[in-house]
This record gives sequence, structure tokens and C-alpha cells, in this order.
Amino acid sequence: MEKREEILNLLERNAKLTAAEIAVMIDRPVEEVEATIASLENANIILGYRALVNWEKTVAAPVTALIEVRVAPQRDQGFDNIAQRICRFPQVKDCYLMSGSFDLMVIIEDASLKDVAMFVSEKIAPLEAVISTGTHFILKKYKMNGTEFFGQDDDPREAVIL
Amino acid sequence: MNLNDFLSTNSKSIPPSAIRRFFDLANEMRGQVISLSIGEPDFVTPIDIREAGIRSLEQGNTHYSPNQGFIELREAISDYMKRRFQLRYDASHEILVTVGGSEAIDLFVRAVVNPGDEVIIPEPCFVSYKSCVLLAGGIPVTIPCRQEDDFKLRPEQLQAALTPRTKLVFLGFPNNPTGAVLEKNEVEALAEVLRNQPVLVLADELYAELTYEPASHCSIAAVPGMRDRTVIINGFSKAFAMTGWRIGFACGPQELIGAMNKIHQYAIMSSPTTAQEAALVALRDGENHVVAMREEYNRRRRYVVQACRDAGLACFEPLGAFYVFPDIRPTGMTSSAFCEAFLSEEKVAIVPGNAFGDCGEGFVRISYAASMENIIKAMQRLKAFVGRCIQHD
Ligand SMILES: Cc1ncc(COP(=O)(O)O)c(C=O)c1O
Repeated sequence: MEKREEILNLLERNAKLTAAEIAVMIDRPVEEVEATIASLENANIILGYRALVNWEKTVAAPVTALIEVRVAPQRDQGFDNIAQRICRFPQVKDCYLMSGSFDLMVIIEDASLKDVAMFVSEKIAPLEAVISTGTHFILKKYKMNGTEFFGQDDDPREAVIL
Repeated sequence: MNLNDFLSTNSKSIPPSAIRRFFDLANEMRGQVISLSIGEPDFVTPIDIREAGIRSLEQGNTHYSPNQGFIELREAISDYMKRRFQLRYDASHEILVTVGGSEAIDLFVRAVVNPGDEVIIPEPCFVSYKSCVLLAGGIPVTIPCRQEDDFKLRPEQLQAALTPRTKLVFLGFPNNPTGAVLEKNEVEALAEVLRNQPVLVLADELYAELTYEPASHCSIAAVPGMRDRTVIINGFSKAFAMTGWRIGFACGPQELIGAMNKIHQYAIMSSPTTAQEAALVALRDGENHVVAMREEYNRRRRYVVQACRDAGLACFEPLGAFYVFPDIRPTGMTSSAFCEAFLSEEKVAIVPGNAFGDCGEGFVRISYAASMENIIKAMQRLKAFVGRCIQHD
């Protein structure tokens, strides 16, 4: 594996690793690791470092909604213009152009049911280019960003194996 | 009626573990601690290998296999030994599929050791060697491998331990618990000592796939003249993360494998059918999994070695298996006292070195078959703990 990809893999799994720790793990000088990470950040390959939160374990227990949006494409703009308008709403976590029976997939996270309903009916549906919407709520998260949420917390192995 | 009076002399000759108290404590605290005390991969068996086991059960393959193991698997083992280690073993007579490397070790010892025969065992080593020899009525002759020698067996030591009563020499490298690997020239030097002696070799190569650059595994059976007096013990537990499937194998000359098979067919019948079918897929398609796990182990290995040194413990750089074996003597504690205190105070389990032979005293075995997150936490605690121990002196 290329060192650059190896660093990305390590950080994708644990963004809290320091450059010094990574340097030891992959057997490279710490300066080189720092420079690589800086260049990955500058090139917008690393876009940020965030905690992976299982909100279901908090009291708030908000919902995640996937909103399918069908859009009439605009002359010369395609879908980019409308997508940009939708992305500007701070509630929107992800927004993708899709192939298939609808056009944009808009993902809202950490909102209440009512927030989502209001958002769809007051912000998305009224946009003139929007033809229709279909909203799906996630009932339970089993795996997110490569991390399984239902796995055993405890080590299933024996306490000591010689 | 005292049932203890009924126990055989041989079964009573097995001494209790040197670390019984630590065992009890670790079991009591299970679930509350970070375990770097486990000699098996933390990885689950790769999914396509598991699916092969599921398929086998779905097809209703729930019967005994031939005693020696399915011929398809033995042929795959033969190919594997040729491909990976340039060794040729005939699938029909020179390969035996066993219930783990563990069974194969016991079989070979029982097949060749008579009461009173001496068996040379370099220590520290895997705990079954000595007990198997005692059960067969043999006399274990241990050789201490030292930190100054990077925990390798030296030819002079081997020479000095040989007597006219020596029947068998154990060679367990890459080593559990030290992580030591023997290089080609070092294996050749040992072979040179044995060349004109009428002794056999048990080469325990369970960790052969787990070596890290610049080291690579060299089997003593590959040294000219050694193949026909060596039985190689290998398996799937470590390389393919298949410990619970209980499957391994032995390769060696027909006379020895035949004798082992005779014991195996009465004691065990055959190794698990499901496991054999999964193992076949492991050998055919598992290479990429082995590589990925090895790369991950290597990152952890470098991290743990560095962390031990940062904590103030001298630590030989292990180039094999998944263990680090640092020297805890600067703390002035015994291995057991160190591990018991580290467990109670910092909630991290590691194993006292003397569990693997008397010469392991003064050392501890840290297994890095654990997640990087846990390793990082455990090493922070090690640093704090060692800092306190050394200050107290
Ligand atoms: C050096 C060594 N040999 C053999 C074994 C036995 O492995 P298995 O019986 O699972 O194949 C082990 C297991 O820990 C080991 O460490």
C-alpha cells in the first residue's frame, strides 16, 4: 500500500492519531507524515476530522431522514444550481446527484420528526424546480462509516491464552 | 477412595502453571480490562473462509473425513508448502491434517519419544512442549534463549545440550512468546550441529506467515539433509485467524507421518469436516487476507515496541508472531508481581514471562493481537505504571 493511502486509512479509522504515532506505525519520519497530512488537507482530500456518534444512545435520539427529490433540470445549469441551493440549508448533511428514478438524495441527520417534516414541506417542496419528494426515515443504524453498531463491546476471547 | 491415587505418574508429572494466581486474577477481572494477554488473533476469520464452513454445513457434510484429512486439502497443503517455503511433501503419505498444531505436536512426540529419551526444548516457548514430552515419559532438557542473543537459539547452546540420549529437538520459531525469528544462516548453523547426530527435529512453524521485514521465515527442513528427519507443524490458527476451528497439519517423511497417523486414527479419528472445507478455501484464496492482517500487525508491532522503550523498558525488536517481550527488571519486580499490579492498578492484562519457562522471568509478554485503540490506551497506562514503579525504588 502507498504510504499516503496507508495514512488515509489510519486516519479514517481513528482521526485522533497524532503524526508522531502514525510515523512509528508506518516507519517513516514524523516530518514526512506531517507534510503528507498537510498536503492531503490542502488538496481537500482530508475534508475534516469528526467524532463518529451513535446518537441512538443519547437521550435526544433524533432521527435521520433520506429525502429523494425529483427535480426539473434547468437550462445550462443541469442540477448544480438547485443542488447548491439545497446544500446551503444547514440541516442538510449530505446531498448527492443520483442515477435512477429520482435526482437528488438529501440526507438530514440529528433532527426531530417535526423538524424534518417542516424542512421538506417548507424548504424543499416549494422550490420551483422540485417536482416531488419522498422521505424515508432510518429506523435503526447497524453500521455507519465502516463501524458496526451492534457488535459486541466485550472481547469474546478467553482472558489469557498462552 | 482417593481419586488422586488413580492418576497416572505421567499425568501427575505435569507441573501446575507458574502463573496460576495471575490466571485467577485475570479471569476474575475479565470484561473490565484491556487484554493484551491473548495468544490468538483479534481478527475474526475472513468472511469467505467462514462462508465456506457455512456452505459445507448447508450441504450436509457432517460426516467423518478420511483419517489423514480430505485429499483435496492435503493437496492444497502440499501446493502451499511448495509455493511459500519451497518444500515438497507428497499429499498421499507425507501430510497429516490434525486438530490444530497442538494435536500434531503431541502426536509427533508420542510417536517417537520413549521413556527416558531426552528432548531439547529452547525456552521461553509455547507451553505445550514440555507437557507433551512429560506425558510421553520423556525428559525435557531446556535451553535458555537470552535477550543478549535476541532470544535466538545459538549453535553452541544446542551442541552443549546434545547427549547420546537426545531423541528430538524442538524448534519453535517465529517464537511465542518472544517474537524471535531465525534467519537462514542461523538455521543452517543449527542444522550443522545436528547433521551428524541421530536426532529428529520438531519445527513448530505456526507463525511462519507472521514475519516482518527485513526478516522472513526459513524452515530447517529446507536446509539440505534436514527434511528427512524433520516434522513441520503448521496450521491455520494464526495465519488465517482460525483458532476456534481447531485445524492444523504436520508435514514430514512417510515413516514419521505414518506413525503419527496411527495414533491420530485411534485418539481422534479425523479433524473436523467443516474446518477442513473452510481451510481449503483459506489456502486457495486467503493470501490477500494474510497480507492485510500482517500489515496491520506490523503497524501495531512498531507502535508497541516504541511505546515500551518510551516507557523505560529495554525491548528487543521482535520480527515475528504478534508478541513483544520487554525486560521489566529495572522495576525490581518479579514478572508475576509486575503483571498482577499492572492488572489491578491499570486494568491491563499482559502475561508474566516465566509462564513460558524459568528463563522468561524478568520479562513480560505483550500481545498486540488487539485493536489499535486498545493498544494505544494500554501503552499510555504502561508508561504511567512503569514510571511509578521505577520512582518507588
Ligand atoms: C508456538 C505455537 N505453536 C502451536 C500452537 C497451537 O496452535 P493450534 O493448536 O491452534 O494450531 C500455538 C498456539 O498458541 C503456538 O503459539
